[in-house]
Amino acid sequence: MQGIINTAKELIDRYNTGESIKIMEVCGSHTMAISKYGLRQILPPNIKLISGPGCPVCVTAQNEIDASISLASQGVTIATFGDLVRVPGNDSSLQEERAKGRDVRVFYSPLDALDYAMANPSKEVVFIGIGFETTIPSVAMTIKEAYTKKIKNYSVYCLHKTMPKALEALVVNGSDIQGFLLPGHVSAITGSTIYNFLVDRYNIGGVVSGFEATDILMSVVMILKNLKDPKIEIQYKRVVKEEGNTYAQRLMDEVFEESDAEWRGLGMIEGSGLRIRDKYSEYDAEKKFKIKKPNSSTEIKGCRCGDVLKGIITPKQCPLFGKACTPLNPVGPCMVSSEGSCAAYYKYGE
Amino acid sequence: MDKVLMSHGGGGSMMQSFISEIFIEKFNNEYLNQMEDAALLPGKTVFTTDSFVVKPVFFPGGDIGRLAICGTVNDISMRGAKPLFLSASFIIEEGFPVDDIKKIVGSMVDAANEAGVQIVTGDTKVVEKNSADGIFINTAGIGILPDGAYVSIKNGKPGDVVIVSGTIGDHGMAVMGAREGLDFDPPLLSDVSPLNKMVEKLMALRDAVKILRDPTRGGVAEVLYEIAGMSNVGIKIHEDKLPVKESVKSACSMLGIDYLHLANEGKLVCVVDKDFAYKALEIMKEDKYGKDAAIIGEIDDSGLVTIETVYGTNRIVDRPIGELLPRIC
Ligand code: SF4
Repeated sequence: MQGIINTAKELIDRYNTGESIKIMEVCGSHTMAISKYGLRQILPPNIKLISGPGCPVCVTAQNEIDASISLASQGVTIATFGDLVRVPGNDSSLQEERAKGRDVRVFYSPLDALDYAMANPSKEVVFIGIGFETTIPSVAMTIKEAYTKKIKNYSVYCLHKTMPKALEALVVNGSDIQGFLLPGHVSAITGSTIYNFLVDRYNIGGVVSGFEATDILMSVVMILKNLKDPKIEIQYKRVVKEEGNTYAQRLMDEVFEESDAEWRGLGMIEGSGLRIRDKYSEYDAEKKFKIKKPNSSTEIKGCRCGDVLKGIITPKQCPLFGKACTPLNPVGPCMVSSEGSCAAYYKYGE
Repeated sequence: MDKVLMSHGGGGSMMQSFISEIFIEKFNNEYLNQMEDAALLPGKTVFTTDSFVVKPVFFPGGDIGRLAICGTVNDISMRGAKPLFLSASFIIEEGFPVDDIKKIVGSMVDAANEAGVQIVTGDTKVVEKNSADGIFINTAGIGILPDGAYVSIKNGKPGDVVIVSGTIGDHGMAVMGAREGLDFDPPLLSDVSPLNKMVEKLMALRDAVKILRDPTRGGVAEVLYEIAGMSNVGIKIHEDKLPVKESVKSACSMLGIDYLHLANEGKLVCVVDKDFAYKALEIMKEDKYGKDAAIIGEIDDSGLVTIETVYGTNRIVDRPIGELLPRIC
């Protein structure tokens, strides 16, 4: 292991010009891996890895959390992925709702939530669909299956977001990011060509990276190598193909269509979200339960998640970090989520 | 906080502050305030209690009955004491299959025989449908401390060595896998087992054995934090020395869970004087539940719990908070 690290270090030194270089990782799992392996200790000080908006929990807007919480109080069964239950809304969280006796259940896979709905026909099960292209196909699958099997008590509150438009929002007005560590799991579905606009329009390159320390270091080497002549490349070739997983793409496309979406910290981004197509509208919880999102201008006071997600500040530069805001008592979603940058910095003592 | 949350029972830092704020402060007496797995009472008697609410009740490698015996036997053993007598008390939900109770009681008998303890008193309550989840078991136990032993979570000193008695996280991942329908190949079994025989042999080293702790909920990470906090020291462990099954490792990386947070029901963490470290390791390895024992680190004076990664970097060990939640993407 040490040998591979040394090789990576040598290569980094060879291509390092010494100027300050900002590389943004846009995937929460990369953020965790970088902290967990202590990779910042291996990189020379002029190369900075900064975290972007790649944690699905962190970018879920405050009003979407509040809407999910109010849905729980309508007596439906809320089915959700892990961390979302802990995110504080305006005055509650899904886990606090659960403690009040609301039916909030954590599932590891959306298909389990559909199975649960089928096994409990007297309950109305609403899956809170958050996440990027990694999770979207499996949620699409549940909707298709519910449709085929004519299941009446399952629906999805679609809060899904897609990655490319968010990346564009970060660089559209100029930025000092010189390269992107592109998300491995997302790209396994989408392929890598969806990032070509970064080079074509903004002259910024990126590398689709795996999640081991050596993957990330080699991806950094690839970015450094191409600084003058930016490219989109795949380091994570063992999992990611240029064209992605076309079956999953078709499935996504069949069930969802593009819509605008609100991102925490980044605001409304045109075409960066999904909604359920009309054909499947009976599985759209937003329609079924007439969900009205509260006004979005209620971001938590003092929390600078927005700036953390844009890479403008590091978590430690937030005045609440480690004081009013800790994993035990999180103020913002970046501290709640196991993939959040604030949690990563705090947990691993960076 | 105005309502109890699941995370308050998850064995992490949320549970620790919950216990000290609500219970320790009010019950407050010299025995409870020892804050150990079992209380040391006058006459070298060691006393403990534990309740078991595992889901599913039958899991790969064991069931709630075996767990209820081993859990209490192990808590007594973690003071270096020899467990002797147990109580068993059942809260059963109306409608629970009698055949399942028979099976559970059968495993309790087997585990008690293996550990050499007797179940000498008990209680049964049946509650209405939906006011409990199947079956809950409470066991309490009494043991006796051998002469010359003084095991306490407050004993750690810089230079001491930290040993774990086998592979980490087997129980936690086996139960999580059974609950969530994950298939492991080869199948992953819980490690639930009584550790009193191993501890009895270890106690031949008398006060060279300083701390014993079974890393149940909260896993090895939480135990390391408890040791560091109660002994007022730091601990450094080494990732490449940690015994972990490949299947547990890959399930953890898939789910985004740290194996140091996973529960164990047949493992112990032991802090020993460094001159006796290899002797202690040898004793553990001779026991059938200690074959994979390994020295994983040492106590220092940093005040931090750190890990040297396989890449040669250093970082803080992530302290579990409460419920283990898998990552999303
Ligand atoms: S430290 Fe807490 S309050 Fe500050 S940005 Fe991070 S999550 Fe928000």
